[in-house]
Amino acid sequence: MKSKLFWPLMILVLILLINLFFDRSFFAIEVKNGYLTGSLVDILNRGAPLLLVAIGMTLVIATKGVDLGVGSVMAMAGAAGAMAVSGASEGGLVPLFTAIAFVIGISLLSGVWNGVLVSRIGVQPIVATLILMVAGRGIAQLITDGQIMTVYYEPYTFIGGGHLAMLPFSFFIVAAVLAIAAFMTRKTAVGLFIESVGTNPEASRLSGINSKNILLMVYIFSGLCAGIGGLILSSNVASADGNNAGLWYELDAILAVVIGGTSLNGGRFSLRGTVIGALIIQSLTTTIYSIGIAPEINLVVKAIVVLIVCLLQSAEFRKKVFGIFTIKRPEKKKEGVSLS
Amino acid sequence: MTKGLRVDTKHLPLTATLALFVIMFLFGSLRYTGFFSTQVFLNLFIDNAFLIIVAVGMTFVILSGGIDLSVGSVIALTSMVAASLTMNAELPPVMVVPISLLVGTVLGFCMGCLIHYFHLQPFIVTLAGMFLARGLCYLISVESITITDEFFNFMASTRIPVGNGNFISISVIIAMFVVAAAIFIAHFTKFGRNVYALGGSEQSALLMGLPVGRTKIMIYTISGFCSSLAGLIFTFYMLSGYGLHANGLELDTIAAVVIGGTLLTGGAGYVAGSVVGVLILGIIQTVIVFEGTLSSWWTKIAIGVLLLLFIVLQRIIVARSSTSQVSAAAN
Repeated sequence: MKSKLFWPLMILVLILLINLFFDRSFFAIEVKNGYLTGSLVDILNRGAPLLLVAIGMTLVIATKGVDLGVGSVMAMAGAAGAMAVSGASEGGLVPLFTAIAFVIGISLLSGVWNGVLVSRIGVQPIVATLILMVAGRGIAQLITDGQIMTVYYEPYTFIGGGHLAMLPFSFFIVAAVLAIAAFMTRKTAVGLFIESVGTNPEASRLSGINSKNILLMVYIFSGLCAGIGGLILSSNVASADGNNAGLWYELDAILAVVIGGTSLNGGRFSLRGTVIGALIIQSLTTTIYSIGIAPEINLVVKAIVVLIVCLLQSAEFRKKVFGIFTIKRPEKKKEGVSLS
Repeated sequence: MTKGLRVDTKHLPLTATLALFVIMFLFGSLRYTGFFSTQVFLNLFIDNAFLIIVAVGMTFVILSGGIDLSVGSVIALTSMVAASLTMNAELPPVMVVPISLLVGTVLGFCMGCLIHYFHLQPFIVTLAGMFLARGLCYLISVESITITDEFFNFMASTRIPVGNGNFISISVIIAMFVVAAAIFIAHFTKFGRNVYALGGSEQSALLMGLPVGRTKIMIYTISGFCSSLAGLIFTFYMLSGYGLHANGLELDTIAAVVIGGTLLTGGAGYVAGSVVGVLILGIIQTVIVFEGTLSSWWTKIAIGVLLLLFIVLQRIIVARSSTSQVSAAAN
């Protein structure tokens, strides 16, 4: 299959195989205390916030935008959630629902903020979301009063640390959000509208698509995804840190989307690719820890993987490097160029 | 597009920025005793000399319609390289300084090449550069390296008197020199015009036969060089090398450039504006220090609010000028 997902998938498999080389039991999944455990489950569990953020980011990038505010939204959502349950003790689920309401409220608000700036005022997405990226972290610190808030309320930790049907609960959240996103974009016309707005907003408007509302919706969805991701992150460690929660998530999410084959130029997008991209980033991190490379090198490895993936996706690069091998079949080479 | 309209479009953000700076300075002077002094004003330059230099480099990148996310990491890497060469390898400053300056320049050149030759997004390439530089810092050392070298001490502690007991540092002189050079390059050389043309429309620049590729690579090389120079000055300022230095500085830099009136779509803006942008960020911090009771995160919120104001202002200006510019900005 000469699909766009070919190279990302190969890299994911390669990363996982490298693990097998160092740790024979890497693919083993055992049942411990009634839960499935193992490195693969661990990658899924730890990657849940990134997967969520990246799903939201895919739709934003498909409209030729970018949402830099997601990391700050995660911090704000985590802080708001932790604040809602900070005074709560055991028993009663009311604080939990208050926390969820807070999180959804603050993430919707952030999404609307970004969406209005981009769609109504017409600010360039990078700039519009940069505001929230800078100010949002300040607001998160304002909520937590600059300290790390610890949560002692049991039900709150279930969202990011609990299990359901032997699997981590966060897995089901991701699955649900992914299913909704996939259904909305592939089974209804919304996906087509998003791609159309990403390719040419003016032409889309003229052909009767409400470009502005599509843009607004996409940013709200991204904010919501980030908020839920922030809740999982904060719940997982039973605390909220306005300064460091969700730090660099926006960049990881953009990477996941780009690795997954969605172009930053907007238009065609691939949710499946994004999931693979996010898994690549998460398994890369897990791999670096598990095979005993110093965690400091994490960033260097990440940089190199990013470059390799981007270069492989660049038509010019493939033409220049692989072109040498395909000189005998010029028509094949042409196909490769037009594909991307 | 009439000529009068264009001047208006170009000058209004810069005027607004300048006015804002004056208002903030007056506000501070009226509210706090001891605020209205030459030294407080000069301290803005002393504390932000490195940021001015990065912002100058970033202005070229943004003028060309690109973005450079690697600047903060390059500062950290430069400080790390300088510190480890001085303290661990015990090289003399004569060798340390050029090698440190090469770090960012080479990285910038490589990023420029990747962006030009393989048509990769500047956003992604410089993001990778950011990860790479930050990671290389930790490869050199995870710990902070303190510098105890005569040359570095001299650069850090020398005060140049400017009359009335006020003083500036050597880094301010370097920063002012960089700003002067950048203004010359931006407005009086072919390269500068190419940068503006590239930011206005890459397609048109290409069709006009301008050396788009060379200019692009050059822009990122300049930004890399500026980051490295800023890194050196930051090292003078901190007297240490550390992988966490200048964390998130790329955002401050972009904010300063935007507040300074450069359009993020490229093609319009001034180097001098970015300097004022940096000074505004500096004055926010000074006000917060003088206030005493305000927590540091108010800085971030204030920068966010200012960004919003200026971006909306930019939109209004662009929307008011010719329709062709509106469609260009919407893309």
